[in-house]
Amino acid sequence: MKKAGAVFVLIVLGLASVFLFLQNAEAKEPYKIGAVFAVTGPASFLGEPEKNTALMLQEQINKAGGINGHPLEIIIEDTKSDETQAVLSAKKLLENDKVLAIIGPSTTGESMALVPIMNNAKTPLISCAAGAPITMPVKERYWIFKTPQYDTSAVEAIYGYMKKQGISKVGIITISTGFGDAGRKALHDMAPKYGITITADEKYGPKDSDMTTQLTKIKASGAQAVINWSVGPGQVIVTKNWSALKMGIPLYQSHGWGSKKNIELAGKAAEGVIAPLGRLVVWDKLPDKHPQKALLKKYTQDYEAKYKGEPGTFGGHAYDSIMMIVEALKKVGPDKKKIRDYIETKIKKWPGTGGIFNMSPEDHCGLDKTAFEMVVVKNGDWEILK
Amino acid sequence: MLTVFLQFLFSGLTIGAVYALVGIGFNIIYNSTSIINLAQGEFVVIGGLLMWFFSESLKLPFFVAVLCTLISSGLVGLLIERLTIKPLKNPDLLLMIMITISVSIVLRGVLMFLFGKEPYVYPPFTEGEPINIYGAIIQQQTLWVISITLFCIILLFLFFKRTITGKAMLACAVNPTAAKLAGVNVSKMVMLSFILSAIVGAIGGMTITPISLMEYDKGPMLSVKGFCAAIMGGLGSNRGAVIGGFIIGILESMTAGYVHSGLKDAVALVILLLILFFKPSGIFITKSMSQLRKF
Repeated sequence: MKKAGAVFVLIVLGLASVFLFLQNAEAKEPYKIGAVFAVTGPASFLGEPEKNTALMLQEQINKAGGINGHPLEIIIEDTKSDETQAVLSAKKLLENDKVLAIIGPSTTGESMALVPIMNNAKTPLISCAAGAPITMPVKERYWIFKTPQYDTSAVEAIYGYMKKQGISKVGIITISTGFGDAGRKALHDMAPKYGITITADEKYGPKDSDMTTQLTKIKASGAQAVINWSVGPGQVIVTKNWSALKMGIPLYQSHGWGSKKNIELAGKAAEGVIAPLGRLVVWDKLPDKHPQKALLKKYTQDYEAKYKGEPGTFGGHAYDSIMMIVEALKKVGPDKKKIRDYIETKIKKWPGTGGIFNMSPEDHCGLDKTAFEMVVVKNGDWEILK
Repeated sequence: MLTVFLQFLFSGLTIGAVYALVGIGFNIIYNSTSIINLAQGEFVVIGGLLMWFFSESLKLPFFVAVLCTLISSGLVGLLIERLTIKPLKNPDLLLMIMITISVSIVLRGVLMFLFGKEPYVYPPFTEGEPINIYGAIIQQQTLWVISITLFCIILLFLFFKRTITGKAMLACAVNPTAAKLAGVNVSKMVMLSFILSAIVGAIGGMTITPISLMEYDKGPMLSVKGFCAAIMGGLGSNRGAVIGGFIIGILESMTAGYVHSGLKDAVALVILLLILFFKPSGIFITKSMSQLRKF
């Protein structure tokens, strides 16, 4: 009896191993791509939606059968919003995990730190940070791409709209962080092209609690409009102060304004605030035939169902980066050089969350000011300005 | 010109009131233990976030929410003291200060998990238009912050000068051994001081959140600025902390207004350094008082 039992067990085991072997032979080798996001630390407001998006897309793609039968494996590393950590994470992904491409990092500083590493490793990087130097000069950024719109494009969208409104003198107020400094530079650089004079140039810290002084100065300088460039609570406080002061001139915000949360926090004070926003936040107001609408709707609704929060512009950047690589993998397979070439030459009129991408050997971002809609806050909701 | 000046002044008062309230919190614990509690900023954040939780999330009536916030903040203070300061065998000053730093890091982590990273806000205590004085505006909430700050100082003054418990707490800071010999329960007094300063911090948080919003990591900035206020006025002097807070706030605002907003933090810190060079014990502390201190 005992012997028969042992034989039976052996047979079962044998069958099981054959079965498993067959299974293994059937499932193809996974495609590995790396992701370095600032999941914790000061830039975590960027990294968290990016990480969530990556996990969600991985799940969706694998459920649908992977990429040409290969499962997609996204290996996510946390940079803790730190450049050194970003470099270490990228090296780990390249050397240990042998990834085909890397997505991220979340901030411009971290992305710049990875530029030489990716060029040496001859592996494509699609950054989720906005800074122009990430992809420029494009000759030295052979392997580097990015999906967020340029700061200058957002500025051009604002200045273009102002020109139509007959505004020529503006006062700017920027937050003293990387985001604010980049915006401030773009505001100064683009002003002459649109015939705009900057009459006041004010700053504030990321944890400041009152900006009335700066706004009073802007008003006294004879500006016809205020432009605030920041992310985080600062933009809400500026909005509240602007409304309390009854400044009588319009307030423009940067593309960092695009979260319903901001309208909620600022309440009535937010009425009339104008900002250039990516179409992700106003997808439900787009005409049905707009090429971005379907994918924006699906992404936003899936994300909200899974994470009980809005993905925001930042999650969208990760979405665009991942989908570009997925498309390239589908078309050319796991070859780093071919993936790079595909992204550079074949991503044309490609609708993403950030806009309609047109990559080229001269432009590794592929977005311009048309990626933005000018949006005003009206009755606690967004309204697209014509 | 007058309008602009007044506007800068009011903005400075708004900022300064916040610093002053944090500064007072430092003083309470310092006055009874000689510890600098670097988690003071977190107490403020706890006050603001809990008030949001009770009034906006649970929709409790205003005064009930205030009461709940004060009680739960007091409990946080009590727990911190009982769990981190009390178990120490050899209470060394430097060690205790290090502990408060780690407490602040832990608190920030807990707050991040409970409330997430986004900022919170609730309506000001009294709704209505800002008050207009010669064309300059001052928000009603700012007046609340200033008057509540003053009210706190008066209460604390009476408590420390007129009640036995208050005097016992002061005695513990000067000389714990002598206080113990005189029959003061030192451990209880230290606990009380943590509860009290958590409550004062929470009051600060509750009043400033409608103006400045509150998020989980606002604590360190508040600690630094509030500490500057306390140092400027003289550590241990509540009157000094309030005046120090308003001086720093107004200086920041005036620098932003008349020099450049990029320089405001620098100028305030330079003035602080100058005061420390020429009157190291602070504006309101006399030489003989400073000799009694441990540091």
